[in-house]
Amino acid sequence: MSNDQDQQHPLQKERILSRGDRKRAAQRARQQAKRKADSMPAVDAMDGPVKTRVVDAELVSPAPNGGLIGVLREGYLLRLIVRRQLARMYSASLLGLMWSYIQPAIRFTVYYFVFGVLLNFHKNVPNFAIHLFCGIVFVHYFSETFGGGTRSIWMNRALVKKMALPREIFPVSQAIVALIHTFPQLVLLVFFCLVSGWTTDLTGIVSGVLGLLIVVTFAVALALLFSAINVYYRDFQNIVGTINQFMHFMVPMMYPFSRVAGYADTHPVLYQLYMANPVCNAVILLQRFFWQGVNVANGQGDSKAAVFPPHMLERGVITLGACLVLLVVAQRIFTRLENKLPERL
Amino acid sequence: MNTPVAPPATTSIVVEDVCKTFTLQYHRTLKQIAVATARRLPLSETFQALSDVSFTVEQGESVGLMGLNGSGKSTLLKLINGVMRPEVGTVLTRGRVAGLIATGAGFHPQLTGRENLFLNAAILGMGEAETKRKFDEIVAFANIGRFLDTPVSHYSSGMYSRLGFSIAVHVDADIFLADEVLAVGDRPFKRKCLKKMQEIRAEGTTIFYVSHATASVRSMCDRVLVLEAGRLMYDSKTTPDGSVDGAIRFLHYDDESDDEEQADEELGSEV
Repeated sequence: MSNDQDQQHPLQKERILSRGDRKRAAQRARQQAKRKADSMPAVDAMDGPVKTRVVDAELVSPAPNGGLIGVLREGYLLRLIVRRQLARMYSASLLGLMWSYIQPAIRFTVYYFVFGVLLNFHKNVPNFAIHLFCGIVFVHYFSETFGGGTRSIWMNRALVKKMALPREIFPVSQAIVALIHTFPQLVLLVFFCLVSGWTTDLTGIVSGVLGLLIVVTFAVALALLFSAINVYYRDFQNIVGTINQFMHFMVPMMYPFSRVAGYADTHPVLYQLYMANPVCNAVILLQRFFWQGVNVANGQGDSKAAVFPPHMLERGVITLGACLVLLVVAQRIFTRLENKLPERL
Repeated sequence: MNTPVAPPATTSIVVEDVCKTFTLQYHRTLKQIAVATARRLPLSETFQALSDVSFTVEQGESVGLMGLNGSGKSTLLKLINGVMRPEVGTVLTRGRVAGLIATGAGFHPQLTGRENLFLNAAILGMGEAETKRKFDEIVAFANIGRFLDTPVSHYSSGMYSRLGFSIAVHVDADIFLADEVLAVGDRPFKRKCLKKMQEIRAEGTTIFYVSHATASVRSMCDRVLVLEAGRLMYDSKTTPDGSVDGAIRFLHYDDESDDEEQADEELGSEV
C-alpha cells in the first residue's frame, strides 16, 4: 500500500537520492561500524545442544487489548500501579495523605461560613452541615477521578512509552486512588449521620445505590476519555480543572435543591440543563439517602427545604444508562486514540 | 490479516507487511497553526518509519537487527514488544515477550529499586509469588547491593540499566528483546549480560538483538536482518547464500573503501 509513497520518505530525501548521497551514507555506516565494532564484547555460544522450547500459546498480537475489563482482570498489576500513584503524590510532602483531608476540611469550613452563616442557609436548611458535607464528599471523589485521571497517562509517560501494558490502567488506578482518599470522608459522613439520628426507607436505599453508581461510572468514563485526549492537547487538563471548580456550584450542596426547583416553570431550559448534569443527579440522590434520612429521623422530613425533583428515581435510572453508554463510547474512542499515544508523549 | 496458510506451531514471531507512520507536528498552538495556514506551510508531515516489513522467526532463532541510526530498528522492536501497533499489517507473537526498549525501562524515579523491581516484573507478566521466588537472583545479578531501598533517581546510569536488564532477563520469557540498552554498562557487565543471553539462547528462547557491534552480533545471532530507511533490505535467511557475515558486508557497503583513514581518525578522537 505504501509503494506509491516511495519518494516521500524523509530519510530517502536526505540520504539515498543520488549516488553521492549513497556514498556518504556508506561512509557513515562504515565509520559507525568501525567505532562500534568493539563496543560490545563477543561472548561465545554455550557448549552443548540448544534445547527446543515448546511454547504452548497461540500467536497473538503483543499489544495489550483487553480494555477496561482486561485491566480489572490484572488485579496485581493494578494494585502496584495504585501504590506507585500514591507514592508519587506524596513524595517530598510533609503531611502526605493528610492533604486529602485538609483540603475538603478547609473547603467545608469556608462554604459553611459563607453560605451557612453569611447567607443564612444554616437557619433555613435543616442539618445544613450534613447537606454540605454529603455534597463535598462525592464532588471531591468526582473531581479527583476526573482531574487526576485526565493527567494520568501524561504523568506516567515513562511507562507508557517503554512497556506494553493496557493504558486504561492509569485512569482506572486514579479512580481507585480517589476512592482511597474519599473513603475515610465517607466513613466520617456516615458517622455524623448516625450521631445526628438517621433512618431510611426503600426509596432512600435505591437512591443511594443509584447515586453512587452514577458518580463512579460518570467519573471513570470522563477520566478514560480525557486521559487520552490530554496527550494530544494538553489544554484539556486546564479545561478539566475549570470544570471541576464549576462543579461545586452546579450541584445542590451549598444551597438546597428547593432553591432551584422554583425555576422549573420560569426558566425551563436552564432548569433542564442544570438537571442534565449526572453529578447533580447523583448528589440529589445521595442527599435523599444521607441528608433526608437525618431529616426524617429528626422530624424535619417535610421541611420546606427538603424538596426533591419529581421522578427522581426514573431520572436516576436514565442517567445511569446514559453514563454506561458514555463509558462504552469513551472506551471506543480511547482504543482509537491509544494507537498513537507512545509517539505523542 | 488474510493468511492462507496458518503458520506452524513453532513460529515465534510473525511480521507481515508492516508499516508504521509517525506524524511530525510542526505547530502546536492555535496561534502557530493560524500563522502557518496563512503562509500555506504544511501543518504536519508524516514520516514512514517502517514500510512493508515482513518476516517470520522460528522459536529458538537468535536474530540480530542491524542498520544505521534512524533506520527503524527501535520502532520494529517496539512493535514486537507491543508498545506500539502497526497501522498496516500484523505483528503476532507467541508466548511471553520480555525485553528492554531503550535505556532505563519504565522505572519511576521516586520509587525505590525494590518497588520498581516488583512493578516492572508485574508489567512483564510475573506474578507476586514468581517475583518473590526470583527476587534474590535478580538483585544478585543486578549487583546493586545496599542501594536496593534507595529511590532509583539516586542510581548511576549503570545501576539503572543493570537492574532493568536483570529483571527482564529473569522473566523466563519465550521471546527476549534487547535494544542497545547494554551500551551504558561497563565492559565486565556487558560480558555478563551477553553470557546470560547465551544461556537463554541455549534454552531455546527466541532472541532479538539490536546492536552495531559486528563481532558481538556474529557470536550471538544465527540470522541477521538489516533495515535501511524503514525497509528490510537484507535477511540472511531468505537471501540466497545469505549469512551473518553477508549481512554485515551488506551493511558496510563493502563495494567502496576509500575512507579508511578518516574512520581511523575519528576512532582516535573518541578513545
